[in-house]
Amino acid sequence: MTGRQPLAVLVAGLVSASAGFAQIAVTGATVHTAAGEPLTDAVVVIEDGKISRVGPASEIEIPSGFRTMAAAVVTPGLIDAHSTIGVSGYLNQEHDQDQLETSDPVQPELRAIDAYNPLEPLVEWARGYGVTALHTGHAPRSLISGQTAILKTRGLTLEEAVVKPVAMIAATFGEGARARGNKAPGTRAKMAAMLRADLIKAQEYLEQRASEDKDKRPDRDLRLEALGQVLEGTVPLLVTAQRAQDILTVLRIREEFDIPVVLDGVAEAYEVLDQIRDAGVSVIVHPTMMRARGETENLSFETAGRLYAAGILTALQGGYEPYVPKSRLVLFEAAVAAAHGLGFNDALRSITIDAARVLGVDSRIGSIEVGKDGDLALYDGDPFEYSTHCVAVIIEGEVVSEEIR
Amino acid sequence: MLRSLLPSVLLAAAAAAQQTPQAFVGAHLYPIAGPPIENGTLVIQGGKIVAVGPSAQVQVPDNAVRHDASDSVILPGLVDTHSHAGSVEGGDGSGPMHPDARALDSINARDARIQKAQAGGITTANIMPGSGHVLSGQTLYIKHRDSKVIDDLVIRRADGSLAYGVKMANGTNSRKDPPFPGTRAKSAAIVRERFLEAIEYRDKVAQAGDDAGKMPPRDLGLETLGEILAGERTVHFHTHRHDDILTILRLADEFAFNVVLQHVSDGWAVADQIAASPHVLGASIILIDSPGGKLEAKDNQLATAGILEQAGILTGFHTDDSITDSRLFNRMAALAVRAGMSRSGALYGLTMAGARVLGLEDRVGSLEPGKDADLVMLSGDPLSVYTLVRQTWVDGAKVFDRSDPQDRLYAEGGFGASHDQAQLLHGIVQGEHR
Repeated sequence: MTGRQPLAVLVAGLVSASAGFAQIAVTGATVHTAAGEPLTDAVVVIEDGKISRVGPASEIEIPSGFRTMAAAVVTPGLIDAHSTIGVSGYLNQEHDQDQLETSDPVQPELRAIDAYNPLEPLVEWARGYGVTALHTGHAPRSLISGQTAILKTRGLTLEEAVVKPVAMIAATFGEGARARGNKAPGTRAKMAAMLRADLIKAQEYLEQRASEDKDKRPDRDLRLEALGQVLEGTVPLLVTAQRAQDILTVLRIREEFDIPVVLDGVAEAYEVLDQIRDAGVSVIVHPTMMRARGETENLSFETAGRLYAAGILTALQGGYEPYVPKSRLVLFEAAVAAAHGLGFNDALRSITIDAARVLGVDSRIGSIEVGKDGDLALYDGDPFEYSTHCVAVIIEGEVVSEEIR
Repeated sequence: MLRSLLPSVLLAAAAAAQQTPQAFVGAHLYPIAGPPIENGTLVIQGGKIVAVGPSAQVQVPDNAVRHDASDSVILPGLVDTHSHAGSVEGGDGSGPMHPDARALDSINARDARIQKAQAGGITTANIMPGSGHVLSGQTLYIKHRDSKVIDDLVIRRADGSLAYGVKMANGTNSRKDPPFPGTRAKSAAIVRERFLEAIEYRDKVAQAGDDAGKMPPRDLGLETLGEILAGERTVHFHTHRHDDILTILRLADEFAFNVVLQHVSDGWAVADQIAASPHVLGASIILIDSPGGKLEAKDNQLATAGILEQAGILTGFHTDDSITDSRLFNRMAALAVRAGMSRSGALYGLTMAGARVLGLEDRVGSLEPGKDADLVMLSGDPLSVYTLVRQTWVDGAKVFDRSDPQDRLYAEGGFGASHDQAQLLHGIVQGEHR
């Protein structure tokens, strides 16, 4: 992260925003911690924004002066492992669509933090159903569209929301990345060739920048710097690929450059489960209810379940939508997956702890454990059941929603 | 359940099999026409329902095929009042109104989305052309029977004529460059001018009587508009914004046409006005997961269903397939309940309300003796996410069976699930590769 002074400033901003945490204790008839078996009649105590105690109500004395809340079911705050919320607005008009810059097919230097609107209504909408963290940013549909970030669904400013300012660099393989009108990349082979050429260029850039001779160091290049982070292994490439053949192309390039890759979409993953597992990559599977058309025509409600059964680290996502609905809700997507082969426990993991693991933020969010952020979602029943309501949402000890939704 | 290579001899045999009574015994029945029956029996024969009631009271004929349904829930086949399955097309870009264009002439009956709709328990659908026109054409009411031929899917009224409506749209949907309207006022003016023309045409025809010399040249479009004016044909009006809904009520008042308000996103804002209109047969709503996606849907909300119900408006649902997935149609009603609709109203909305706005209430929408044997067998509560469709029957024939691998492929998705009724494609056997 050398030479990225603005990001250091952002992190400092986060600390100053931490003031004013409420002290709160939440009792749940059932508490799904996503860290072991569910607890019955349990209490979660949040102090200074962090979870300080978790256990049976009979054993935990709630400190005096704490606000108390109760719900039938308590889960960790939900994580949408891949969204464009806040970058792609709900009105779907030119002025609120910042998820895709089409002037060039390769723009890894575009930062999500420069595009994210914390006041976008879809942020509040997702939060009201229990989503407390979003992995959001540039959308699929360009070979390399830009960066993503991890944010909490709160705050008036980016600084209050940001968890990880540069999470991944978003790329696309297949139909989504195909350029029209004799522009590159017009074919799958060209996509691979362009990506490989850019990674090679970035390799050379990194070597030259590290030169001991100051005069031999090239000028800073934001684009190669961003790809350099992928080559250095600090920022994964998030590659949307739906067809089995595209998934294998991504794995081939990953092996060639030894770069961290997270697979996204993977509508035909069930055709190449062994290859995905053997590569050791994690997967953010398409929304369960995504439309089956074009290169997603073969998608299945059961893909998430099959990825879990194969032992592949998997998260679910709300995804990107260009039309109606403008966004999907990761809670609803997990619900349908739960009913189609994934089961309740893994479905909940796919939008909590496993999502946090895929995103590399599991030391901070994704489960109800002492020391983690005080992010909770409260429901009046099984969170996946259609007729259940989210009744309250807490982020770092602050009650951010009490609307029955 | 379509067998691509099924010889016609077997089809004939299947039709004969419908003469054998089928009894579904011990099911949790939702007749819709009455309260749920915990241990009920349904008997069908010859494509019709012959008996329905508590198991203790229903006599199962000796020659009936008995289906143990003791762990199943049975509902009437679901009615989708607005679908684009079959890749249906209406009018083209040459003008804003195409009352002469028939959905009948443009539906691909092999579209896998019809099989997927069977997998969702939908047995009757209104296939709508458009959008993008002030009037995009005639719709077609179909049954999701097993056939590759559209003529086998149609619904015929008592006089043998086809059952269908007409698709119209206002708001931004039909606004574009000339010859399309550029504003909302222009859109309404185009409708009024065309209907006035239809009135003149109708009157000329009436005045001509038997005098062929006075008869105006036949005009297919004005004929259709005349049917609307005569109350024989229902307008299905795509509309979202509150003011656009009121414009429809104004037009319906002027020309006294029967209208079903489709989508009706802002219906919650003008529920009283909708309820007061004598021309509105009902509303058919779509609940989308998030608001927006286009300006007119920015206030689309799950609460709309309950608000319309409270206002006394007949409220059904539609998939707008492929905007939402026909396989999860029950989800729409369940989300409506989440946001305030009554449970019974939501189940009515999936079945009888749709039947009524399509004018098919004497045939479908409830489990009553004499009605078509259209039913869906479920694994549990119709409004639960965990419930799966086990079987779907249309006119007494089983069209979906989850235990059949090909049907299961349509239900869950997978390799080939979206190909046109695709056991075979380019002569290659389809199916999951492993």
